[in-house]
Amino acid sequence: MDRPTRIPMEIEEQVEGDLGSKRMVVNFGPQHPATHGTLRAILEIEGETVTGIDLEIGYLHSGFEKIGEYRTWNQGVVISDRMNYLSPLCNNVGLSCAIEKLMGIEVTPRCAAIRVILYELSRISDHIISVGLQAMDLGAFSVMLWSFIEREKLYDIFENVTGARLTTSYTRVGGLLKDVPDDFEDQVRAFMVSGLKTLREMEGMLNTNRIFIDRCKGVNAISAEDAVSYGVTGPLLRACGIAYDVRKAHPYLGYEQYDFEVPTETGGDVWARYRVRVRELYESFKIVDQALTRLPKGPVGVPVPEVVIPTKDQGNKPNGGMEGLIYHFKNYMYGHGLPVPVGEVYMATEAPNGELGYYLISDGGPKPWRWRVRPPSLYNYQGFPGMCRGGLVSDVVAGLSSLNIIAGELDR
Amino acid sequence: MESMESTYRSPETPRGAGVGLRLRSWLARLSIRVYLPSIAAGLAKTMEWMVRPKATLEYPEVQRVSRKGYRGEHRLKKDDQGRPNCVACFMCATACPAECIEIVAMPAPWPDRDKVPVSFRIDMLKCIYCGMCEEACPCDAIELTPTYTRVATSRDEKVYDLVKLLSN
Repeated sequence: MDRPTRIPMEIEEQVEGDLGSKRMVVNFGPQHPATHGTLRAILEIEGETVTGIDLEIGYLHSGFEKIGEYRTWNQGVVISDRMNYLSPLCNNVGLSCAIEKLMGIEVTPRCAAIRVILYELSRISDHIISVGLQAMDLGAFSVMLWSFIEREKLYDIFENVTGARLTTSYTRVGGLLKDVPDDFEDQVRAFMVSGLKTLREMEGMLNTNRIFIDRCKGVNAISAEDAVSYGVTGPLLRACGIAYDVRKAHPYLGYEQYDFEVPTETGGDVWARYRVRVRELYESFKIVDQALTRLPKGPVGVPVPEVVIPTKDQGNKPNGGMEGLIYHFKNYMYGHGLPVPVGEVYMATEAPNGELGYYLISDGGPKPWRWRVRPPSLYNYQGFPGMCRGGLVSDVVAGLSSLNIIAGELDR
Repeated sequence: MESMESTYRSPETPRGAGVGLRLRSWLARLSIRVYLPSIAAGLAKTMEWMVRPKATLEYPEVQRVSRKGYRGEHRLKKDDQGRPNCVACFMCATACPAECIEIVAMPAPWPDRDKVPVSFRIDMLKCIYCGMCEEACPCDAIELTPTYTRVATSRDEKVYDLVKLLSN
């Protein structure tokens, strides 16, 4: 029997060469604390340089779209809460707007203004946490704690308005769960004072911070052409210098009445994304201020009893006597429900991470036939390998936190 | 609009122009280069935050009070004669997105209604506290209370029955 051939040591050394330039495959995630969720990236590194990156998604797949087909139009809002867990109200509003577009309903001015305020407050809570976590991943821990304090105040507002801190489920087709409480305006104004102060403090910490700038400038850059071809939207696209914002391009909820800018930066790197997010925060504060000032009086639900259940009287019973009760029952009974016409619709809103689209197909029944979400995170994440290639391993962390990927929305 | 522009302006946006601006930015860069003023400024910021009101609660001792309208555990309301308001119309069970409400009805012993629930079970482990049952109830019978901390040692304890819900 022949002895197995064995490669002599010298040859092995020649093949592998210096250990510093040896190619290695490293798992980044799914349990890595810097992935902010269950994301897995398989890095191919040579020394400290990333030569290839392979993304694996689906660790938080929850089947939301399939569950949505088994829920009525109004019940779908509870699923949308759980997709983007940093800004659930944006998902609520987006879904309701999509169904209203399919049904051809125009919401009341008060409802639209409240939705805009809550949408922008959600954007503030999302961006401020995103900036804070970006700073934390690069070593600036106190900024993250400050941003969490501000988000806590925002969650108090959401709790006061909707009755829950995270699982808000606030919107209904053609209206809202309930009107805002009386102290809503005072509470938001109080937050705006402290929020602006903290935001300026955060900027003061980061804008001239040498470590932060060195870790951000020129890191993880993506060109404008690549960003467009990947379908990247939101702050990432605006960081490349393209001023695409759904609120300006296809206004909804009366966004054309508000005076705000779409901030853009050049470079498409982590620093530009940070600057875009911070500048958008000021614009959001501006929109909230305008919307609060002009908050119209009136009902929050459209006066169509087939769509919005009749308001309740003092004894908490449906108004309108027997007729009101019939409409109330017709809204909920099996085989009845909202009169959604046969058809399909795509409606996009500008969520904090980018274009959040809902594509709904109705067969005229009480439930959607198909319920598809275009999550901004999925398309933003597609451009990630291209951004990382050629960079350092530590830049992967910086880039990932600047993308603000929400795993619940990414995998749905 | 002018005042709004100044309120919502990033501190990085330069104010003023000319020599003053250049001098200020040169001074800012110098203070970063010298390094010690930055450390002093950072420590001053830390001290400032130390004396601010605390954002945290010492939880078991200090309980957080939920606001009115918070969506916590359910309860079934009773009328002035102590009977449940519920008429077993199944609207809450139909409206529930989590399908956690289970009702068994029987003919009512009282002349003012047709049906009453003989069993009313809510699986609190399935419940997502969305409040749609409260919204759907036409008789003001079910409502969500601000209670959110309730501990159980088994799964069966978290399935609330009629007696538990009426006394909640």
